[in-house]
Amino acid sequence: MANNNQTTARSGSRFDLILHILAAVVALLGLADATYLAVQFLTGEAAVCGGSADCSKVLGSSYARIGPVPIAAFGVLAYFAAFTCAVFAAFDYARMRQFFAIVVWTMFAVTLWLLFVQAVLLHAFCRYCLLSAALVFVLAAVVVLRPPAR
Amino acid sequence: MKRYLPFIIVALVGLITAGAGTMLYRSRRVPSALVEMPAAELTPNKWLHLRGKADAPVTLEEYGDFQCPPCGTLSEPLNKLEEDYRGRLRLIFRHLPLKNHQHARAAALAAEAAAMQGKFWEMHDILYREQQVWSKAPEVSPLFNSYAGVIGLDVEKFKKDAAGAEAAVRVDADMRRAETLKISTTPTIFINKQLVPPSSLNPQALRSEIDAALQKRATQ
Repeated sequence: MANNNQTTARSGSRFDLILHILAAVVALLGLADATYLAVQFLTGEAAVCGGSADCSKVLGSSYARIGPVPIAAFGVLAYFAAFTCAVFAAFDYARMRQFFAIVVWTMFAVTLWLLFVQAVLLHAFCRYCLLSAALVFVLAAVVVLRPPAR
Repeated sequence: MKRYLPFIIVALVGLITAGAGTMLYRSRRVPSALVEMPAAELTPNKWLHLRGKADAPVTLEEYGDFQCPPCGTLSEPLNKLEEDYRGRLRLIFRHLPLKNHQHARAAALAAEAAAMQGKFWEMHDILYREQQVWSKAPEVSPLFNSYAGVIGLDVEKFKKDAAGAEAAVRVDADMRRAETLKISTTPTIFINKQLVPPSSLNPQALRSEIDAALQKRATQ
């Protein structure tokens, strides 16, 4: 019985590790995506993104920024925060799992809003934004699979 | 060592992201000022699409793509600015049809074909006004031909000119000029040869830039 518990704990720990490494890799991809979009915005390249007019319609819209700051810049910060939490969680910093969940659910809520904006208000989709949405869904799945310990 | 590893990983990723972002930004940034060009290039001629008084003290030069939504959004405010600053501002349009916009080049050629009948700006305006329509059309020629009819062009001549070599040469000349200036995005706007930063590509900020340019001219 004790052996069984040890085995479960060890495999749970390994599962945690794999999930958090996966989360870190996904957050890295999101970081690259958001950095690219932020730079595009700052250089005024919204119009050449992704090879489609829809993309530039989304990135050129007023929803793509808060004041002078592009939404993508907030994405950079959020993905970096998610990456940081995932890395620390993978190294057994238990508290970081809670922060990771908070960051990911915040990103998830913002992602839902941005998907709504694209689908309903702009009637156009930006493929980089869709990639980011997909990555956030994966991060949310990680949180659901391994919710932070209470 | 394991204790410090997550700090090292996070710091490294932070540094790499900041470095890569900075490099990407530098490689894509448009030069801050236009390269000095012979005055003749900005002198009215049949190749130059100019709106407003020819000797206006302020020149707003736009590199635009008819299929680019931000260019379309900016089109009407630019016309309004030209009206509001009548006599003091002239607009110049240069073609920069982006490769990833399926019909952008065809639209540029249509505008040049209209220019050959003296109606560049009429075609310019209708292309931007109807951008949402033709951008999504699989075949744009019938639409462009109908626009040519609407603005009173000889449609047969328009069709011939749009498919002809001269229109292509004109568009290519603007594109080469953009390439020389390392411009790869639209809209890119210069006011008296100074680049307008992307954050100022809105009517209010452009008005401030024009006012500043007028003031600078007045003090010179």
